[in-house]
Amino acid sequence: MFSLEKLVSIIQAWLQSTLGDPWAFIVVCILVGLAAITLFAILGLMLVYMERKVAAHMQIRLGPNRVGPMGIFQTTADTLKLVMKEGLTPDGADKFLFNLAPFMVMIAAMLILAPIAFAKNFQIWDISIGVLYVAAVSSVAVIGILMAGWSSNNKYSLIGAMRSAAQIVSYELSAGLSILAIVILSGSLRISDIINSQADGWWIIKGHIPVIIAFIIFIIAVTAETNRAPFDLAEAESELTAGFHTEYSGMKFALFFLAEYINIFIGCAIGATIFLGGWMPFHIGNWEAFNHIMDFIPSSLWFIGKTVFLIFLIMWFRWTFPRLRVDQLLNLEWKYLLPISMVNLLVITLMAIMGWYL
Amino acid sequence: MIEELGTNDQGDMIINVGPQHPSTHGVLHLVITLHGETVKKVEPHLGYIHRSIEKMSESLSYRQFSYVTSRMDYLSSHINNHACALTVEKGLQIEIPGRAQYIRVILDELTRIASHQLWWGALAMDLGAFTPFFYSFREREMINEIMEETCGARLTMNYIVPGGVMFDIHPDFQKKVKHFLKEFKSKIHEYNELVTGNVIFQNRTKGVGYISKENAISYGMTGPSGRGSGFICDVRKLHPYEMYNQLQFDEITEEGGDAFARYMVRIREMEQSMNIIEQLIDNIPEGDFLAKTKAVLKLPKGDYYTRVETARGEFGVYIISEGGTTPYRIKYRSPGFSNLSALNDMSVGGKLGDLMATMGTLDLVIPDIDR
Amino acid sequence: MTNEELKMKLEELFPGSTFEEETQWLTLNMEAEGFKPVAQQLRNNESFNFDFLFCLTAVDWKTHFSAVYHLTSTALRHTIVIKVKIDKNDPAVDTVSDIWRTAEFHEREAYDLMGISFTGHPDLRRLFLEDDHVGFPLRKDYEDPINMIKL
Repeated sequence: MFSLEKLVSIIQAWLQSTLGDPWAFIVVCILVGLAAITLFAILGLMLVYMERKVAAHMQIRLGPNRVGPMGIFQTTADTLKLVMKEGLTPDGADKFLFNLAPFMVMIAAMLILAPIAFAKNFQIWDISIGVLYVAAVSSVAVIGILMAGWSSNNKYSLIGAMRSAAQIVSYELSAGLSILAIVILSGSLRISDIINSQADGWWIIKGHIPVIIAFIIFIIAVTAETNRAPFDLAEAESELTAGFHTEYSGMKFALFFLAEYINIFIGCAIGATIFLGGWMPFHIGNWEAFNHIMDFIPSSLWFIGKTVFLIFLIMWFRWTFPRLRVDQLLNLEWKYLLPISMVNLLVITLMAIMGWYL
Repeated sequence: MIEELGTNDQGDMIINVGPQHPSTHGVLHLVITLHGETVKKVEPHLGYIHRSIEKMSESLSYRQFSYVTSRMDYLSSHINNHACALTVEKGLQIEIPGRAQYIRVILDELTRIASHQLWWGALAMDLGAFTPFFYSFREREMINEIMEETCGARLTMNYIVPGGVMFDIHPDFQKKVKHFLKEFKSKIHEYNELVTGNVIFQNRTKGVGYISKENAISYGMTGPSGRGSGFICDVRKLHPYEMYNQLQFDEITEEGGDAFARYMVRIREMEQSMNIIEQLIDNIPEGDFLAKTKAVLKLPKGDYYTRVETARGEFGVYIISEGGTTPYRIKYRSPGFSNLSALNDMSVGGKLGDLMATMGTLDLVIPDIDR
Repeated sequence: MTNEELKMKLEELFPGSTFEEETQWLTLNMEAEGFKPVAQQLRNNESFNFDFLFCLTAVDWKTHFSAVYHLTSTALRHTIVIKVKIDKNDPAVDTVSDIWRTAEFHEREAYDLMGISFTGHPDLRRLFLEDDHVGFPLRKDYEDPINMIKL
């Protein structure tokens, strides 16, 4: 059976035996870094392609179908075009911040990759405060967006950045509270512990209605945090042309664009990990045969499958709903989602204490 | 840095929306004073596509001048041509054959439906939903095909000429129109499910861009925008032309006065237009499609004013003739121009997003405003 | 009200009014002086109640200008046309933008293209053309050899 865990341990053992202690570690770090960057590039391209195909099929058209079979190289071609374009910096802009901003957004997105478990025992850094780390680092991205909006010296960008800041800071709360619900149930902040606690059933199944509520709130919050429609106020193109990245062009724009998709991936990966069991296969009670077949599917596929399903959900939202207004957006968070998730958290705590879950 | 960003002395931001902006649907330029997100003032700057059609028409003959009007409100070009032809026919007292009248009215109503379809998609786009745009174009394409077959053009028709219509209808015309009606009946239901019933859409439009009936009349808002405030102004009912007085249809009015009311008027109007076409399509009389007219038309000295109902409201053609072959002065009363003048009143106090909803439900076509 | 009743009422209220014959709607000819009170009467008098100004335009008659107002009453369903004669050398007439709001834009258009200044208009600037444009295109004597194509 294919397993990323075995592959990694073979490579590590070989490096250890040929290079010795300090060097093997350094080479592993470099390899992980390279793998992360490659993953980012591939993820970005794949998700953009997926979005275009999903959008096309919802809009009764075909989507990209010329470059390569089924148009799979379309996004590669687009990225190449963007790389070759001149990255303009407006005269009135704060040049240092303007050029730094896209990298800030990208780096923030990359950092969250560390604690994500892509397969069984396949994780860059199984940090003991995994979930807390994710919640903390994901809010760093807003600084990049604020920098971009402010330094562009463009009023549309400024409004977009302010909206984005208000939005991300608000929805961070609900996202955090709904993650906390699972932390209470599983009793650990460590990602691997959370996954292992779901060996006998995913939380969304064994956590009953309160966890489903937490899951729905989490999905809404992720959609809002990644600035996706119907919460795409930061770049609302019918109001602010392109919002905070109005003045960006070429590769700097592409970085924002890719970071958006990476953020979606990460948000959905976290959702898949804590609510849908991460790489844990789907098991039903004591149906031994069924469970064996499920175990036969590689754990990496389980993880990717769940994540892509959540990404598809978020894309579905985008191509269906109109955009909210800025005050309605904040009302939704502060008047509805936050109180609901607080009460929900209480209920879940009660559940955890009384052991009212499967 | 705030000083550099272009603010006034109260610290409000002044933003140029347009002339190139995704939701102005053309080259409309709005200078908006924003206090945070709240709109304090909207000032339209026009003229980016002003071609002075009125001046141009002064040197065009009575057969030629209606062609330019297709380029004004390009979404109801057919109805514009109709108004021009009616004015000339009124001046020369030409009797229009029955067949031509039927064809004219059917095409008028098809144009109205097509225009409302495009508006529906564009409004959803203004509010951030992309998909409806493609749905509306799917149905609009069917109308465009009918137009193409019959008139030879898809957008600027130039099909109606003084005395009737330019050619006879295509043999497939009736079949295709009936097919369209059958298809579109079920699609309107889809429109309602996709957009009208959506909670976010209703929140974005209800209570937004309110204008009272008195103000709507004072601003001269006509068409669905005026009727959304309860202003009874359907020219087809009040001053019937062709054979609208023999047809059974309702004038749609809503009392809300907000963006949602204007939205509902247009959606319901599409149903009424289908109703009108259904009454006519099977009864197109045989006979001439074009009355015999002189080669050179000369309107007797005097004033001629014709009002018709376009998809956007009351369109007026005012011709002052001195008896020559060209008009002495032409004035086009375009509905969009008056509707736009109310925009400031409607959007002050709302959010920036509300302005887009208001503008979307006014259904502005910029060449119609600029002429 | 029918045209005859309107005519009688107008003659009673404004003695010396002149009407055009054989027109589509009742057409009242006026001088620029004394137009504003008439307009106010037409809007506010209960028996007229002309609340809908559906067309406002200006015509260059070479010897003089005239501003043409098409008014209708949405309640009483009668229509009147008022033609105001304006002096060629000093083209000015009182604004009606405080009576009918739609006139605000229509008067700006007439000012822009015909050069008639509407006294008392709150914001009389050019609407379509640039602020520094010279001349008024819809006037009969307007010549622009560069941009204008004679047909």
